[in-house]
Amino acid sequence: MNDKPTMKKTMKAILYLIPALLIIGTFSFYPIIKSFFMSFYTDYDYFKDLVFARGLDNYTFIFQDPEFWKSIQNTMIFVIGVVPLSIIISLVIATFLNQKIKFRGLFRTIYFIPFVTSVVAVSIVWRWIFHSQYGVLNYALGFLGISPIKWLSDPDWAMPSLIILAIWKGLGYNIIIFLSGLQNIDKQYYLAARIDGAGAWERFKNITVPLLSSTTFFISIVSIINSFKVFDEVFALFGGQPGPAGSAETIVYYIYNKFYGEWNFGVASAAAYVLLFIIFIFTLIQLYVGKKKVNY
Amino acid sequence: MQKEALSKGFIYLLLILGSLLMLLPFIWMISTSLKAANEVMIMPPKWIPTDIQWGNYIKAWFSAPFAVYSVNSVIVLIASTIGELITTILAAYAFSRINFYGRDIIFSILLGTMMVPGEVLLIPNFVTLSNLGWIDHYQALIVPWLASVFSIFLLRQFFLSIPKELSFAAKIDGCSDFRFLWSVMVPLAKPALITIAILKAIGSWNAFMWPLIVTSSENMRTLPVGLIAFSTDTGTKYELLMAASSMIILPMIILYIVLQKYIIEGVARAGIKG
Repeated sequence: MNDKPTMKKTMKAILYLIPALLIIGTFSFYPIIKSFFMSFYTDYDYFKDLVFARGLDNYTFIFQDPEFWKSIQNTMIFVIGVVPLSIIISLVIATFLNQKIKFRGLFRTIYFIPFVTSVVAVSIVWRWIFHSQYGVLNYALGFLGISPIKWLSDPDWAMPSLIILAIWKGLGYNIIIFLSGLQNIDKQYYLAARIDGAGAWERFKNITVPLLSSTTFFISIVSIINSFKVFDEVFALFGGQPGPAGSAETIVYYIYNKFYGEWNFGVASAAAYVLLFIIFIFTLIQLYVGKKKVNY
Repeated sequence: MQKEALSKGFIYLLLILGSLLMLLPFIWMISTSLKAANEVMIMPPKWIPTDIQWGNYIKAWFSAPFAVYSVNSVIVLIASTIGELITTILAAYAFSRINFYGRDIIFSILLGTMMVPGEVLLIPNFVTLSNLGWIDHYQALIVPWLASVFSIFLLRQFFLSIPKELSFAAKIDGCSDFRFLWSVMVPLAKPALITIAILKAIGSWNAFMWPLIVTSSENMRTLPVGLIAFSTDTGTKYELLMAASSMIILPMIILYIVLQKYIIEGVARAGIKG
């Protein structure tokens, strides 16, 4: 059988591809281009597709908008608060689960449960847990002598609340990826280290961590990208508001608000493109470093 | 040896503690959802309700149009999952088995769109759907989600692992491409298809931002959007809020527990590609 592309094969392939390409073309590819152009529309009637003026105004606006910078800052705090902690905790749990342990499957099942649940619904559950007066969290902290914290109504505690929720929600995903990475490590390394008398911590530090570096790298990038897109949690935890006094406004909330709250499509598109740019940088890092392989 | 046992004990202790932290929010949710109103806002909190109030679920169900929300969520879930499976099977077949002009370029462009955050697509899609007159209709909730690059990628990988000799044999037997795809490839790819379907179903059930934006009337809302509206209206009746949240959370937990093999495999496989 010769396997060269021919006109006939191409016609056949088009038939197979039409449904998928029609959807992806209309709802992914076209909007990527369109919203880039839209970010330069300064005077327009979008529904009639009439543009009266173009310019850089939307970008100048957002870069001078303190609210936008606040949302960038909050998102950064969120990323820095969630990613390292979540990775460390999930790595430790995955390492434990990779031992000869009873009920391994059960533990794995439990840790992954939050991941399959609705962000909106669990955020509402956490809203109740975070309740300053009757919440179980403050009750538990009371035993440690910590006086009740106004988790959701004190601007200083809004971000920590959001971070706690996000770590809890995303832990299971990281654990699963780490576990599949751990299973690829040759058991002989551990055997050899044991014979040399290396303790558990040394084995973890000198074998697990370095040999798992490409997995850790992958998880870091994916977590960073996902954390930059946080929205549902904010919306549901603070009842549609971006936290008390805007203290938990994230980039996506800003985009949402400019678009759906203020109907300022141009500014919202410009902000969305800034987000795209940030994520693009992390994706490039991933592709570049991923090719070089962090692994030993 | 004693040291080993000690560290094993320590590992179990931490794992159990961690599992408790994972589960407590759900236990607390269910516990609250079964309490009488006067037992909810009390200190110290009560973990086991004195008198189990199943009625809270009925009360919550009828205090907002949850029946409508559920029907909408189920319709959207079924339609978009089946639709995505069909478009995915067809596209993955073309990408894995037909050598056509521009194949690699088209595939790379598709993969490229995966990097773009969905937020960028929001506004143009909203306008497209408005112009089509689909806002606040099922089409808006379903049609944009009928194809997924990620699923095509996953299934293409699976199809590539099926030996080519199979299709040669089928061709000699006079089997058409299309029939070969449905009667040989699809049954063989069942595990991958189940993974794709479940991940899609979970995503669809839990989706929030998109249904929030494209629905405006109450009877088009899906469960998560309806729950938010309900939470604004109910305020602090936490026993009802928790009952309503359980109704959204528990179906997915059950689905996950039954089909977890496919979910975990799918997540792990998708992760490895990095």
